[in-house]
Amino acid sequence: MKQFIIFVKKEFRHIFRDRKSLLIIIMMPIVQIILFGFALTNEIKNSNIAVLDNAKDEASRAIIQRLDASRYFNVTRYLHASQDIEAAFKSGTVRLVVVFQPDFRESLMHSGKAQVQLIADASDPNTATTVTNYAGNIISDYQKEMSPQVQPPYSIRPEIRMLYNPQLKGAYNFVPGVMAMILILISAMMTSVAIVREKEINTMEVLLVSPLKPLLFILSKAIPYVFLSLVNVSTILLVSVTLLEVPINGSLLLLMGESFLFILTSVSLGLMISNLTKTQQEAQMFSLMTLMLPTLLLGGFMFPIESMPLPLQIISNIVPSKWFFLIVKDVMIKGLGFSAVWKESLVLVGMTLFLLAVSFKKFKTRLA
Amino acid sequence: MNAVTVHNLVKTYSSKKEKVTAMQDVSFTVKQGELFGLIGPDGAGKTSLFRILTTLLLADSGTASVDGFDVVKQYQDIRNRVGYMPGKFSLYQDMTVEENLEFFASIFNTSIEANYDLVKDIYVQIAPFKNRRAGKLSGGMKQKLALCCALIHKPSVLFLDEPTTGVDAVSRKEFWEMLKGLKQQGITILVSTPYMDEAAMCDRVALMQLGKIMSIDTPPNIISRFGEKLWAVRSANMYRLLTDLKKYSNTESCNSFGEYHHLVLKNDDTDAVLRYLGEQNHTAVELKPAQPNIEDCFMQLMNNN
Repeated sequence: MKQFIIFVKKEFRHIFRDRKSLLIIIMMPIVQIILFGFALTNEIKNSNIAVLDNAKDEASRAIIQRLDASRYFNVTRYLHASQDIEAAFKSGTVRLVVVFQPDFRESLMHSGKAQVQLIADASDPNTATTVTNYAGNIISDYQKEMSPQVQPPYSIRPEIRMLYNPQLKGAYNFVPGVMAMILILISAMMTSVAIVREKEINTMEVLLVSPLKPLLFILSKAIPYVFLSLVNVSTILLVSVTLLEVPINGSLLLLMGESFLFILTSVSLGLMISNLTKTQQEAQMFSLMTLMLPTLLLGGFMFPIESMPLPLQIISNIVPSKWFFLIVKDVMIKGLGFSAVWKESLVLVGMTLFLLAVSFKKFKTRLA
Repeated sequence: MNAVTVHNLVKTYSSKKEKVTAMQDVSFTVKQGELFGLIGPDGAGKTSLFRILTTLLLADSGTASVDGFDVVKQYQDIRNRVGYMPGKFSLYQDMTVEENLEFFASIFNTSIEANYDLVKDIYVQIAPFKNRRAGKLSGGMKQKLALCCALIHKPSVLFLDEPTTGVDAVSRKEFWEMLKGLKQQGITILVSTPYMDEAAMCDRVALMQLGKIMSIDTPPNIISRFGEKLWAVRSANMYRLLTDLKKYSNTESCNSFGEYHHLVLKNDDTDAVLRYLGEQNHTAVELKPAQPNIEDCFMQLMNNN
């Protein structure tokens, strides 16, 4: 027991004396959450648009005002001729140009039909679709208000409700994603690097020629990083709730428990990597390539897994982050209980046990 | 009982391109309480041998035991009782002197206090720096700390792999004094070194070269077996002297030894040598009888193989 305590103490010393790494570990989640939350967002907010108003009447002005007032658009340019449209896009400052036909209100009132042209920069197709949808909605809202009494004889009105995330905030998606990424990076990479460092600075040789048991060695290496990862989970949740206003709808205890489980999975992955690599640099590269990229690409939080080709969908099943991402979304955002996530949890438990078994079996009690 | 028994050990390292033989058929024994030296240049197989004895490597064939325990089957028993100081510095550089020592004591389930008398003589020398990080110590201090850490659990056999390599002459001398002190406490010590002059400090030495042991005996016995007359020669131009002496028909062997060249002749006609050197325009020639040392014996054994 004394052996164990002093070993864990030693590991904490290594961590706390390496100030730069410690700072990175503590600050990385905060910086990432803030980056994803405010800078790297894929929501459309305050997009600059231009207007070519050939009508300049009451109706066209009302629509322009509504577009400008919405939080999606800022009307920054007023064009005077159709030749200006291309130039506006080429300058790169606008995402959408709204063109009103001459006598807009006249034709709307008399013939009941009027035309508005929405021209979007489709070099970024996702954004183009989104901005035209938003603008289209604003225009049809205006139309409804103009003639509330007119009811077509038969009408199907889809009523849309955005469940769990009524405001369609991106944060609901990336907070679980960043959690998965940070935890797998810190737990797996740092654990593997910490073990491989002993090989690199030759202390492994001395530790092997001692009564220290491999199990004790591995446990002592993992514990500080499990602890640090739990600190990270707490900061991520704190920042998300306070700064990004993402609520924790489910049980906090369950969420922490599931995070703990995922940390164990990541640490076991780290142990596995430490068995396969000889230098710290190798361990780092290996961790980045096998953990970070699959987590980003196949974890489901950047690109939806359902729309991937079948082989990738199958491969995504062995990415632990995918399962954790599902769990966090269910518990944190949807507020579901353990009964909803027991299958995913079981997958993580299985992965952890498998990785631990392989790591202990492969642990080298000799040098070569 | 023998503290260490080595029987017909063979170790090869194979890579894709070539097979390197690190040890060929090595056998020897070390008695309890002995200070045993493995002397040989880099690549002689010293480190491989130490790693096999400390159970870190497996030999290709042959057997070895430490303190009566087999290095393969009973490796954990050996790990619990021996002390090992690897050739490369292997302590935690970001921890202080005291923290390192405390850590290694605890890993061996003991404490600094329990075995303080064993390391006291060495530890007092580094005690003034006990709050300094190990990475900031000088080379000699590092080795003293490493020795303390290897000793703190009162090992029955101590393995020191090139402890004096990269250490200044004064610290080297101090280090050997410490080993003699430890020997008095009944600890068996195996030490390897590339410095031939350190052989004289050991009870017995094994001279190793290219994975083979060429000779095992006490240093005086090895020297007495030299069996040839040895001459020390010098002149104004030492480099030309060496090449000229090597070309000389009556030369058995000639090696550079600091300020003199050590020369063995086929017949001991020194006048002829002086005449020959005179013909080669050497000035300030000095030739005198010399006492052979371990290095001369090493060179002789090497040439004979």
